[in-house]
Amino acid sequence: MIRAERISKTFSRGTAMETPALRGLDLEIPAGQFVTVIGSNGAGKSTLLGALAGETIADEGRVLIDDIDVTNWPTFRRAALVARVFQDPLAGSCGALTIEENLSLAASRGKGRGLARAISKTSRDSFQSLLARLNLGLENRMRDKMELLSGGQRQAMSLLMATLKPMKILLLDEHTAALDPKTAGFVLDLTRQIVAEQKLTTLMVTHSMSQALAAGDRTVMLHQGRIILDVSGDERAGMTVQDLLDMFHRQRGEALDDDSALD
Amino acid sequence: MSMIALLGAVELGLLFALVAMGVFLSFRVLQFPDLTVDGSFPLGAAVAATLIVSGTDPYISTMLAAVAGALAGLVTAWLNVRLRILHLLASILVMIALYSVNLRIMGRPNVPLLGENTVFTPLEGLGLPSYILLPISLLVVVILAKLLLDRFLNSELGLAMRATGVNKRMAEAQGINTGRVTLLGMAISNAFVAFAGALFAQSQGAADVTLGVGVIVVGLAAVIGGEALISPKTLFRATLACIVGSILYRLAVAAALNADFIGLKAQDLNLITAVLVVLAMVLPGARNPLKAFLVTGRQK
Repeated sequence: MIRAERISKTFSRGTAMETPALRGLDLEIPAGQFVTVIGSNGAGKSTLLGALAGETIADEGRVLIDDIDVTNWPTFRRAALVARVFQDPLAGSCGALTIEENLSLAASRGKGRGLARAISKTSRDSFQSLLARLNLGLENRMRDKMELLSGGQRQAMSLLMATLKPMKILLLDEHTAALDPKTAGFVLDLTRQIVAEQKLTTLMVTHSMSQALAAGDRTVMLHQGRIILDVSGDERAGMTVQDLLDMFHRQRGEALDDDSALD
Repeated sequence: MSMIALLGAVELGLLFALVAMGVFLSFRVLQFPDLTVDGSFPLGAAVAATLIVSGTDPYISTMLAAVAGALAGLVTAWLNVRLRILHLLASILVMIALYSVNLRIMGRPNVPLLGENTVFTPLEGLGLPSYILLPISLLVVVILAKLLLDRFLNSELGLAMRATGVNKRMAEAQGINTGRVTLLGMAISNAFVAFAGALFAQSQGAADVTLGVGVIVVGLAAVIGGEALISPKTLFRATLACIVGSILYRLAVAAALNADFIGLKAQDLNLITAVLVVLAMVLPGARNPLKAFLVTGRQK
């Protein structure tokens, strides 16, 4: 289970550029749940993801993964618990390394790394069968440099790498946003498959409302660093994008009223 | 060019191949532009020469020289990783500091090794003149060093180091402590360089505080030149390119200095090297190791 307890983060604190990104956000994700996160630019989606991944350390509040307080852990220390796919297809893998070397890096996620050979006969065989399931022919190109792959192929690889080793939560950061619609569909299908197969606890940030409703089993909307909408189960099942928008406008109106009441 | 001059050039080329491999590790693998080299090369020479003169076993002296180089690399990396000083500046600071350190170690600007036992002394009994023995024994050392470096960079840890240089963000997401890996890589890189310095002092018969001037540029020239000849498609080829580049660089220099009609003299060496490196960097198709830093002004 993942818990973000009243986390706040303000960038450029104490300057004219001060921007509060998260304001006491609470979020609890039970094991096995697939949560999609939506919100406009500056709503705090990326900061929330960063706070869970370790790239952003929250100013206040706590981040708990299975009751381990990881609030102040740097990214590399959390890697055994948190896996991640970036928005930029080039960010999730090393272009200068070969496909099998990238997989080997991912296979050691969250483990100590010693002087043993990074790639052995057995690991090569297991990588090969793993790649075969993508149906991209990559199993025959294991010694090709990663930079030779297309954006979609690299994003599929990133997903494969992120889910190669067990983790407590999988973070997907608009991971289909940089792809063409067809490739985005392929990567999203692959995501659904892997998440269902391995019963992964997942948090997917997306800018597409329809995607947010179509994938996963709970949708959370962020606005000005807080959660203003949280739907799941039956309520979510029959929802359309228009319903979601209506709810958003209603909620935001109320939120504004609340704020003005405080002033 | 005489046989002795030719083999002398090969000998120097092999010595600087070790420097080139160190430079390859910092500039190419870690993408850390490290000028510590100009200080760690004479540091290795100073430590080895001082220890040998004081009666220490030359093999132990040489190993300790490499350890001293590793410490110098650690300091540079620490300034960058922990104190967040720009890598280039951090390495310049350590390079400058090492000038004083080297003088302190030697106690004077120059320590001659004539008549002392060196790592090459046991080879003298083999009956061959030293101008043949030295290049052969250095070739063995350099090949061993290359194979060790290849093996290391193909290990889990070595792969983590390569990932740190190419994509730091991804490396951290994979659980790699990039700070610690940078410290380790810089230590190994400067250990190679100081090891070369120690062997250089013993083959040339003296350690001198000014030995280090321009070593980094010679190392870079070897790396860039080697890559131009042997495209570094694989790790094996990349480290091989360091060796080939270094030897060819020395042969080219020797040839240029021997060709009287050009009118070049020994004192023109650093100027020629600088011009060669500039040419190698701006020529089309060249892989400029500093491009990443020059374009963005910071590490990727």
